Order: sequence, then C-alpha cells, then structure tokens
Amino acid sequence: MHEMSIAQSLVAIIKEEMEKHGLTRLHAVRVCHGRLAALVPDALAFAFEACTLGTPMQGVRLELAEIPIVLRCSQCAQEFSPEQGDLFMPCPACGEGLGHEVLQGKELYLDNIEAE
Amino acid sequence: MEVPVVRNILEANDRISAQLRKLFAERKVLVLNLISSPGSGKTSTLERTLTDLAPEFKMAVIEGDLRTDNDARRVAATGAQAVQINTDGACHLDSSMVQVALESIDIDGLDILFVENVGNLVCPAEFEVGEDYKVSLLSVTEGDDKPEKYPLLFAESAVMLLNKTDLLPYVDFDMARAERFARALNKDIAVFPVSCKTREGMGAWYDWLRARVREKKAA
Repeated sequence: MHEMSIAQSLVAIIKEEMEKHGLTRLHAVRVCHGRLAALVPDALAFAFEACTLGTPMQGVRLELAEIPIVLRCSQCAQEFSPEQGDLFMPCPACGEGLGHEVLQGKELYLDNIEAE
Repeated sequence: MEVPVVRNILEANDRISAQLRKLFAERKVLVLNLISSPGSGKTSTLERTLTDLAPEFKMAVIEGDLRTDNDARRVAATGAQAVQINTDGACHLDSSMVQVALESIDIDGLDILFVENVGNLVCPAEFEVGEDYKVSLLSVTEGDDKPEKYPLLFAESAVMLLNKTDLLPYVDFDMARAERFARALNKDIAVFPVSCKTREGMGAWYDWLRARVREKKAA
C-alpha cells in the first residue's frame, strides 16, 4: 500500500502548484505511471479520496494514465515493448533475452492539473 | 484551465535521499538497502554478516519493522549499532525515516550502514533511502518466479542473495530460472547463492562487500 504515501505527496505537490499559479478551484488531476512502478490504480484512487476528504480537493477527478514499458535490446539496440503480462520476452529482432535497458515504464509523475 | 506540471510525485523523498547520499559520500560510509519478503532471512543473514565481518568493519543497522523491535534486538546482540524504525503499519521505509534514525547513530568511522527495509517486494523498491546499492534477498522456499513477478526490485538491485540453499533438496526451486529472470532487466546483477544458516556461499557476498567498501573509501 505505498499508494497512501503517493497520494499524500501528490496532494502536497498539487497545493504547491495551485499556489504558484494563483489557482483556487481544482477540477481534475492527471497522473502518469509506468507499468514497472506497480501502482494499483484503484488503491491510489481510494487513497486520494481518503486524503482529500473534507478538504477543498474533495471530489476532484483523478485521471490515471499507464505508460507502457519500452526496452532497448542489450545486443542489437532494437527498441521494443513487451507484450502485456510478459516482461521477459526476448528481443523480437535478435532473440537476446538478457540485460535489456528500461527506456520507459518506471515513471510516476503528476502530468497536469485542471483548475481555475 | 489546464496547467502542465510534470513533477515526479516522489520528489520530496528523492530530495532527502540525495541529501543523505551526499552525507554518506562525505563520510565514506557504504549504505545498502536490504529488501526482501517477510521470512526470507534478512535479519538472520545480517546477524551472520555482522558477526563474521565484525573484526574487519565498523557496521550499523537501521531496522525497519511494522511494529516490533525484535529484529533490532537480535542485530544489537552482534555488537553492531542498531536503531529501530517502527513504520506503524507503513509498507516501506522512506528517506525521512532514515534521516531521523540517523540521529541515533554514530557514523564516525562507520564502514557499512545496512538499512533493513520492511518485508515487502513491491513498495520499498520505489523509495530511495540514500543507499549506494539495493540488495535483494530471495529465499529458495519462496519460488523462483519472484524476480518475474516483482521486476522493478530485481531490476534496481546490485545484488540478489539466494538464501536458504541448504533447503534446496526439499523444494522445487530452479536457481537458473530465478537468475535468468533477474538478469532479463539487469544483466550485471551479482547473484550469490547462500545459506546464512550453514555459512555456505557467504564468502562471495563478503568479498563483494569488501570490494564496495574499498571503492567507497577510495572515492
């Protein structure tokens, strides 16, 4: 359940950004999470709801966008995305199975907020 | 209106972790973040390591636990400094908890600081605590598909200790399979099959530690 820590950090960052831009009413929040970050969307939605209950952020729409994994082959440098559920597929170009570099898929960031 | 933000959600944790890393670099302390499932033998492996390397190194341990201080007491019995962090149910340690725990540790002349994380293969992988390296520990009673199920941890670890090898005759654990999964996203991970109970294989782990301490002192 590290989603609770994530929700708390998220709320703190949103507050900072609202202040920075002189915004007072928050409507929506968009979070991008890489597949390797192992975020459970329902758990984050629940934690975010719990963290914002009784605050001006209560009821804000939380959009979650998953970022697929992109690997670079350790042998031929071909970039590829493993199929859903199969993190360990060999490189489709040369068949190498080991040591692929993770180019994308570890991300966890607040992408944007919709507010006025 | 839509305001683009693009900020790492764990930036506050990463910021403190970077501060800790700077402190440890100045004081030349090797810091290892030890991560595994509950019951895989983290504390036992640490006890053995602390006992065997006591003549060579000054070591300390920060123990993360949900509620008890059992582990810290076991570790302290080896003569190493031990500080307990009770996370009160939280599933991982974060860098601010380690920062607080450090106030109770004398890091003067310290060679190695072990951070024993809360038993969990998912969440601790996301939270840096100022470590030089993550060390994952997997026991042969857990199943050889763990690196496949929890890829981030094994992708981020410098070492995978495969513990309880004395039980290999009694379980269906395929060492090569576990190693292959771990290397898929981390070709250079050092894999050490060990039994902290019989001491088998511990020598290779100790040699790895000695080499990293030398590097840290020379940096």
